[in-house]
Amino acid sequence: MSAPTEAAASLPPLPGHGGRGEPVLQVRDLVKHFPVMSRGVVRRRVGDVHAVCGVSFDLYENETLGLVGESGSGKTTVSRTILNLETATSGRVRYRGHELTELSRRRMRPLRRELQIVFQDPYASLDPRISVHDIVAEPLRIHGRYGPEAAGEVRELLRLVGLNPEHANRFAHEFSGGQRQRIGIARALALRPKVVVLDEPVSALDVSIQAGVLNLLMDLQGELGLSFLFVAHDLSVMRHVARRVAVMYLGRLVEVAPAATLFARPAHPYTQALVSAIPLPDPRKERARRRIVVQGDVPSPVRPPSGCRFRTRCPKFAHQLTDAERTACVEQVPELADRGGGHPVACHYAESVALL
Amino acid sequence: MTDIEAPGSAGTGLPRADHEFTVRHRTQTQLVLRRFVRHRAAMVSLVVFVLIVLWAFIGPHLWHYSYQKYTADNSQAPSWKHPFGTNASGYDAYAQVMRGTQTSLEVAILIALGSTVVGAVWGAVAGFYRGVVDAVMMRIADLVLTLPLFAIALVISSRSGGAWYWIAVVIAGLTWAYVSRVVRSAVLSLREKEFVEAARALGASDAWIIFRHLLPNALGPIIVNATVLVATGILTETALSFVGFGVQPPDTSLGLLVSQAQTAVDTRPWLFYIPGFFIIAIALTINFIGDGLRDAFDPRQQRVRQ
Amino acid sequence: MTDSVLEVHDLNVEFPTEDGTVRAVRGVGYRLERGESLGIVGESGSGKSVTALAVMGLLPGTARVRGSVRFEGTELLGLSDARLSDLRGSGVAMIFQDPMTSLNPVYSVGYQISETLLRHNPGMRSRAARARAVELLGTVGIPSPERRVDNYPHELSGGMRQRVVIAIAMANDPDVIIADEPTTALDVTVQAQILEALETARAETGAALVLITHDLGVVAGHTDRVAVMYAGRIVETGSVEDIFYTPRMPYTLGLLGSLPRLDREEERLTPITGSPPSLLNLPPGCPFAPRCPLRRETCDRTEPPLRPAGHAAHLSACHFADELVGTGAGEVFDTAGADTEALARFADTAAQAPSTHAEEDPA
Repeated sequence: MSAPTEAAASLPPLPGHGGRGEPVLQVRDLVKHFPVMSRGVVRRRVGDVHAVCGVSFDLYENETLGLVGESGSGKTTVSRTILNLETATSGRVRYRGHELTELSRRRMRPLRRELQIVFQDPYASLDPRISVHDIVAEPLRIHGRYGPEAAGEVRELLRLVGLNPEHANRFAHEFSGGQRQRIGIARALALRPKVVVLDEPVSALDVSIQAGVLNLLMDLQGELGLSFLFVAHDLSVMRHVARRVAVMYLGRLVEVAPAATLFARPAHPYTQALVSAIPLPDPRKERARRRIVVQGDVPSPVRPPSGCRFRTRCPKFAHQLTDAERTACVEQVPELADRGGGHPVACHYAESVALL
Repeated sequence: MTDIEAPGSAGTGLPRADHEFTVRHRTQTQLVLRRFVRHRAAMVSLVVFVLIVLWAFIGPHLWHYSYQKYTADNSQAPSWKHPFGTNASGYDAYAQVMRGTQTSLEVAILIALGSTVVGAVWGAVAGFYRGVVDAVMMRIADLVLTLPLFAIALVISSRSGGAWYWIAVVIAGLTWAYVSRVVRSAVLSLREKEFVEAARALGASDAWIIFRHLLPNALGPIIVNATVLVATGILTETALSFVGFGVQPPDTSLGLLVSQAQTAVDTRPWLFYIPGFFIIAIALTINFIGDGLRDAFDPRQQRVRQ
Repeated sequence: MTDSVLEVHDLNVEFPTEDGTVRAVRGVGYRLERGESLGIVGESGSGKSVTALAVMGLLPGTARVRGSVRFEGTELLGLSDARLSDLRGSGVAMIFQDPMTSLNPVYSVGYQISETLLRHNPGMRSRAARARAVELLGTVGIPSPERRVDNYPHELSGGMRQRVVIAIAMANDPDVIIADEPTTALDVTVQAQILEALETARAETGAALVLITHDLGVVAGHTDRVAVMYAGRIVETGSVEDIFYTPRMPYTLGLLGSLPRLDREEERLTPITGSPPSLLNLPPGCPFAPRCPLRRETCDRTEPPLRPAGHAAHLSACHFADELVGTGAGEVFDTAGADTEALARFADTAAQAPSTHAEEDPA
């Protein structure tokens, strides 16, 4: 590739993150704080919710990158911020030579054709007052592409996601959760995007329905060469769909690795706790498993712990480290770097453990 | 826990469809209609109101007296020939009440339409942008609300020569602010819905979001308010005409008829009480219809009724 | 006879609605042995929660409940509210998905635990009750319980609240704990803590557990027997091993096959097509038939009864249960995702579509 210049289409990819091919979307040091306002007549800013703190990753062509974390990890904020639906506090989001964080809403609009999103809640994300046809046709109308062939196009999109095109004039509430999520997918695909952010696309669905939607997403990606950023809290789903997985905790990435590696040999104590907390639908294995149970709840993101943010719940910090070793956890923010395990981990004392 | 996820997103708090079993699906409109039809007072009122409207607009074509024509009979009590009697000048009161009802309804409906359109757009824009835009727009609306409607209407309509649509425009210019407040509060909650964020993610402009998504979803409160405004409009028009600053003769309205008959309350009570009864009937039926619509659109706010 | 604490027999629950009668629970029966744990799994609308509410007598007055629920030999259906409240808490305790349905926001958690204790132990002193409350909070894993005892529910996190509910549930040493989706609203790391607290509560009280959940993983780790519900009925029941390793009802098989697994890399999931039937005016025949790959003519005519499949304690409601011996979900179910033809056409046109990109370079 050409030497990096001002106008270079992409930044140098992050080393060790295990991506293949060309990065499409590059995120560097992304920070998003939400102000916390005091109550009362005169509302003053009394603090910040540190939702996302210095997150960096590359999304490659035709790959699914999983972004996993529990509630309060900031994963949803990441998905909104990289699409410029929330303004980043600082950091860069690079898409094909465009610095998205610097674009105005008007300048961002044409790029929205290529960057799409599927939302978590199939009940709230579809306007209850317009027909399914109008929902799927909306992106075409917004971008002035609603021509004489549009009706056929919408039918084709509905067929593509496994819905009966005859039902196009029904309203969203006449469909089940899984069908509604398919409508949301058809809408996201209408403009033929390159990158799709999937924000918990199946977590509101029953398992038997969820599997169909996951299969659909995987087919779409394989055939259309899409890049997916798959945001979810369910590690089993992640394991199934993602090639690489990034784990978030309290606004920071703690581990990034190929899916197989991450689940077989997680190196960060948080990832280990997460993997061991997922119940396996297999009675013998489930009863014979080794569990790493973490204590307490996620701390408030308004005043996150100093140093390593996981230290307040970390079993390693609590039981294995000496006081001298703990100083580093309290005082230094562990960087996301390869610490000998072959993939980046943000733990001073990272150590791969086989859990499954 | 602090809500860290972006506004409008539910994080991982699963919004599982928690209805354990599904009953037959109905469209929003069907549901509203069903609930409305069950509201007895509203249904009766609707029937009565429709009858009054038909009578006022079709009746004059079938009736053999015109509201502008003298008859040979002066100051007659109600009879088969003149069901509502006649006044001192020999006008047929039946024809006059029909014409008066017509004018009053036209004024009222124009008021409702005008203030609803202006108020809805105003409120939606303010609620959508929030912040400074909202503050400025709503202060203007508040200002309009503090203006003494009656005094202003008096001043302006006295100069407008009594054309009925002028009266409507003036009153609408002072009542839209009520609508804007209602619509604003509806939009404030709607704008946080995920489908609005979805539209934004598709690249929709603000105008697109306001007119395609927010206003249609705020239709419930808008319709309810428009209905109530019809009743307000009738009463305001009546009051203005009563004191002589509304509709001017030779045209007539219910308010004007009552006003003209006030000296005759004791001698020819039918001239006073019959138009008065129509004013009350229209205002009441519309209020009941408004009640029924409110309950139909928002079943959670149901009030106690037998 | 064995020593059963809870016996549910032919339980039916109907809700009259404007459109007709919703038959939410249809002939559900199970027997719970002392100290045993039974998992009831099903998706939303399967009737699993309604069953639990019916057992506890907590359904709204409009519900029509028929059948029999016996707790240690006493028939609960038709019992007066006062008698039922006596039993709730001391005999049968319930844990709901949302802890705030059982906690009162205006009283401290200590007060609420003491209240339960005092109600069922008339001779108890309030100081003793408080001490016991602190002890119970400690048992369910609340750190520094002597401080937390004076907290109000809103001062606690979701996980902490659920522990308080578990503490209340175990306060009077119940014989049965019914937990309805106790961890559904929680994050996985907190879920693991709560399940541990639940295990502790069972160990302390020796109570039998009915664990209602949609999460097959939770069931696999915490129950001895499993009942799978679909469309208001139990469609398969047996030991956890029976259900997870040799399912004999296509629905169970499909459910297991549609589950992405952490412990292995599967090529393809096997979704169950369609969606569960409406329980309003349910057509005759097997309610799973419209989604079932084994469907034949009989399935549309007669609803199969629960009958032994494999051995006496493993029951399945399928006419063709025997055909499932030794098959995997992938062999029975279709693994379809996208419509392949439509996908190919879409991919073609996508390739032809001009890049929309170059139009607006920043000037």
